[in-house]
Amino acid sequence: MKTNRLLAWVAIAIGVVYFIVPLIGTFEFSLRMRRGEYSFDAYQSVFSDMQFRATFGYSMLMAFFTIIFGILLVVPTAYWVRLRLPQIRPVVEFITLLPLVIPAIVIVFGYLRLYNSSSFIPLTNSTSGTNALLMLSYITLSLPYMYRAIDTAMRSIDVATLTEAAESLGARWPTIMFRCIFPNVMSGVLSGAFITFAIVMGEFTMAALLNRPAFGPYLQLVGANKAYEPSALAIIAFAITWLSMGLLQLVSRLQKTAPRKA
Amino acid sequence: MTFLTLSKIQKSFGAVQVVRDFDMTIEKGEFVSFLGPSGCGKTTVLRMIAGFESPSGGEISIDGRSQANLKPNQRNIGMVFQAYALFPNMNVAENVAFGLKVAGKPKAEIDARVNEMLGLIKLDHLADRYPYQMSGGQQQRVALARALAPKPQVLLLDEPLSALDAKIRVSLREEIRMIQQQLGITTVFVTHDQEEALSISDRIVVMNGGRADQIGSPFEIYNRPATRFVASFVGTLNLIEAKVIDPAANRIAIGDQAITLREPLGAVKAGDTVSLALRPEAGSIAEGAKGDTALTGKVVSSNFLGSVIRTRMKVGDAVISFDMFNAPGLSPPAVGETVTLRFTASDLLIIRE
Amino acid sequence: MNTANLIDRRKIVDWLGIAPFMIFAFMFLILPTLYLVTGAFFNPAGEFTFKNIADLAHPTILSAYWISIKVSVASSLGGAVIGFMLAWAVVLGGLPSWIRSGLLTFSGVASNFAGVPLAFAFIATLGRTGLVTLLLREWFGFNLYGTGFNLLSFLGLTITYMFFQIPLMVLILTPALDGLKKEWREASEILGASTWQYWRMIGLPILWPSLMGTTLLLFANAFGAIATAYALTGSSLNIVPILLYAQIRGDVLHNPNLGYALALGMIVITGLSNVLYIWLRSRAERWQK
Ligand SMILES: Nc1ncnc2c1ncn2[C@@H]1O[C@H](COP(=O)(O)OP(=O)(O)OP(=O)(O)O)[C@@H](O)[C@H]1O
Ligand SMILES: [Mg+2]
Repeated sequence: MKTNRLLAWVAIAIGVVYFIVPLIGTFEFSLRMRRGEYSFDAYQSVFSDMQFRATFGYSMLMAFFTIIFGILLVVPTAYWVRLRLPQIRPVVEFITLLPLVIPAIVIVFGYLRLYNSSSFIPLTNSTSGTNALLMLSYITLSLPYMYRAIDTAMRSIDVATLTEAAESLGARWPTIMFRCIFPNVMSGVLSGAFITFAIVMGEFTMAALLNRPAFGPYLQLVGANKAYEPSALAIIAFAITWLSMGLLQLVSRLQKTAPRKA
Repeated sequence: MTFLTLSKIQKSFGAVQVVRDFDMTIEKGEFVSFLGPSGCGKTTVLRMIAGFESPSGGEISIDGRSQANLKPNQRNIGMVFQAYALFPNMNVAENVAFGLKVAGKPKAEIDARVNEMLGLIKLDHLADRYPYQMSGGQQQRVALARALAPKPQVLLLDEPLSALDAKIRVSLREEIRMIQQQLGITTVFVTHDQEEALSISDRIVVMNGGRADQIGSPFEIYNRPATRFVASFVGTLNLIEAKVIDPAANRIAIGDQAITLREPLGAVKAGDTVSLALRPEAGSIAEGAKGDTALTGKVVSSNFLGSVIRTRMKVGDAVISFDMFNAPGLSPPAVGETVTLRFTASDLLIIRE
Repeated sequence: MNTANLIDRRKIVDWLGIAPFMIFAFMFLILPTLYLVTGAFFNPAGEFTFKNIADLAHPTILSAYWISIKVSVASSLGGAVIGFMLAWAVVLGGLPSWIRSGLLTFSGVASNFAGVPLAFAFIATLGRTGLVTLLLREWFGFNLYGTGFNLLSFLGLTITYMFFQIPLMVLILTPALDGLKKEWREASEILGASTWQYWRMIGLPILWPSLMGTTLLLFANAFGAIATAYALTGSSLNIVPILLYAQIRGDVLHNPNLGYALALGMIVITGLSNVLYIWLRSRAERWQK
């Protein structure tokens, strides 16, 4: 037992060093901009950059739409599969896991060939079309996480009984969907939303290849051209990730402690 | 011949002492049950014998050899857990073979022993099944075979039957006892079910708050409980408060009915209160029932329990239950009826903590 | 007749319910993939050919696949081993419980901290003027880059990728380790098994499906990752995703259909790792419900 605990401490120590040192290193580097002393100049430079604001805002907006449309796509599907089509569950699950198997770059390569200006649906012809395509690609990327989160939340409520109860009270299906199902799977929806947010904010490949002014390509650009700003950006990105994951944990914890409403 | 000795065992978890001064010796081939309410320390004692916990004080020795510095895997002990604990990734035969395999026995010997064990528990036909494919009772039999396969010197069972349903519980406990006698293996069996302990043990240890309150044969434990705790924990029992009338003549009164005890009252004076115990099955209200002592009371309730009818009557302030065997044609006493309960004075035990 | 009609209608409604999802999946997941897969077998003139596949044998492409596979295998195995150790430490190491919740929270964050910023973090740490590089030189007089170490190499990329691989492993393995019952350990111990025998014959076989599955997931994860590598190295490091990226941008291979073949190769490799996973899993499932 004693040796066990010692080994455990050693393992944790290795983990801590491996994970904390790069963060410290990044932070230290981000403070080095002014010669001879530490300063927050790099952050100032980042925040005053118009490009930063524009791309950050663009990605936020994309994340917002991705989350909304992703939820609208996944919640009814997960609900319907649980309620009416349990037999095709494995198929749907398989599909939702595909984005983990097919690399993002391959998927977007396919988009570029299928939806280019000379194709039958020329989405990349217009800015709004490309934006839509980018959003759809983000939905694809977040599908494994979104579906899993929502499906898990649905498992904990009895979808069939809830639906029957609502139907027996004369509710129609939009009412059932938005009044009964959504509120009850809110925790799953929120977890999915936060992960999606984290994915979209940092995503590089899709946005770069679709040529959209998103945060990911901007980061890459700064990285290629500047010295200290990238570290500041990495710290900011880490903070964003931490924020969305922290909110996620908060939500799931609230969910666990909140008494379940019938 | 003493085989397993526990002397002055103590165990504390932090500041809480859960086992105190636990002292006992177990003979070779004996079947001993630890009986007691939840949390009294039965499992803890068992786990100390197995080596999963080390005593804070005292010593455990098996066959004259102190176990203090031996790890569980050096003790050659068999153990059966409450929740079966079969290895889910191995089928029945592999589970049973496990102990022999890690001991590096040759394959032929392992196969022969596994077959012998599966025969013993009558599950030859399920050798290829995985644990999830079997009922609880079957799994527990496999667990027993697995524990016995390496020929352990002691077998420990921690409430092996409590996860099973009532019917299986009875048949399996008999099977365990039979196998134990057949192999002559020294066995410690933990349970909080008194019927289980009474029916299959050579001796029973009744535990209370980390101590052994009484150690004795089932017959002694049941009929001669040493403490109030043992008396109330084992079997159903009437605990009756009585007033001493004449200590010299052993005369006491229950309500206003005076009776003479067989057992000497000891150092009490007239007017003191004493506690008496009487088993419900000790008396009878039938016409011409035997017994040198009688109490008369009013029936307050009468419950039909199947093979017996349990009736409660009021004598003064005391309520006394008694059982009679059911028989067709027998009419249970009606509530309010006055009945006379006859019994032998020596069945009335004096309880002195 | 009437009831039959009703049943049919109900069935149709049932299928209509998931039509949006199916259409989405078909258009934005399956069709693009199929397009590339079939494209790999045609030449620009639209004739069927195996030439694209054969052309993958070009040394540049082969070495790109080779480095990609090496980095993915190394970072997923490294992630699996270290992740396992960490999960083991918090579940079975007898550590205070705040360490466990701390590690899990951090893993949730770190597993999502990938892409471009991760590259920045490692440049700032292990790059030529990174903190660790400087400290090693100043404190110990040790010149990291003098040893031939380079962040833009196989080793550097592997170390960087492990930053998100390890936490993923921790997140998946912690609940799996929680599922190992204490009684199994004790039962094996009292039957005479050593700690090593317990892990070899019981613990690891039970964990095998999740361990293996996650490792293969990590493999696919690393194999398809591009952002980190691209930000670290620009296009100087020759790995498959970067090669494909360059091809999409500017047809560096001078044959669009060879690009399809390159993509097909990636799908085949990640697909194979999944087939392997499913196969291993079904073998393990003999003893599962
Ligand atoms: N590892 C431990 N740490 C702290 N306290 C413990 C530990 N193990 C047991 N205890 C305490 O010791 C006491 C005796 O526990 P034990 O498991 O021996 O009881 P038991 O007689 O087997 O009860 P049951 O019939 O419920 O199994 C209990 O109060 C329990 O809470
Ligand atoms: Mg117990």
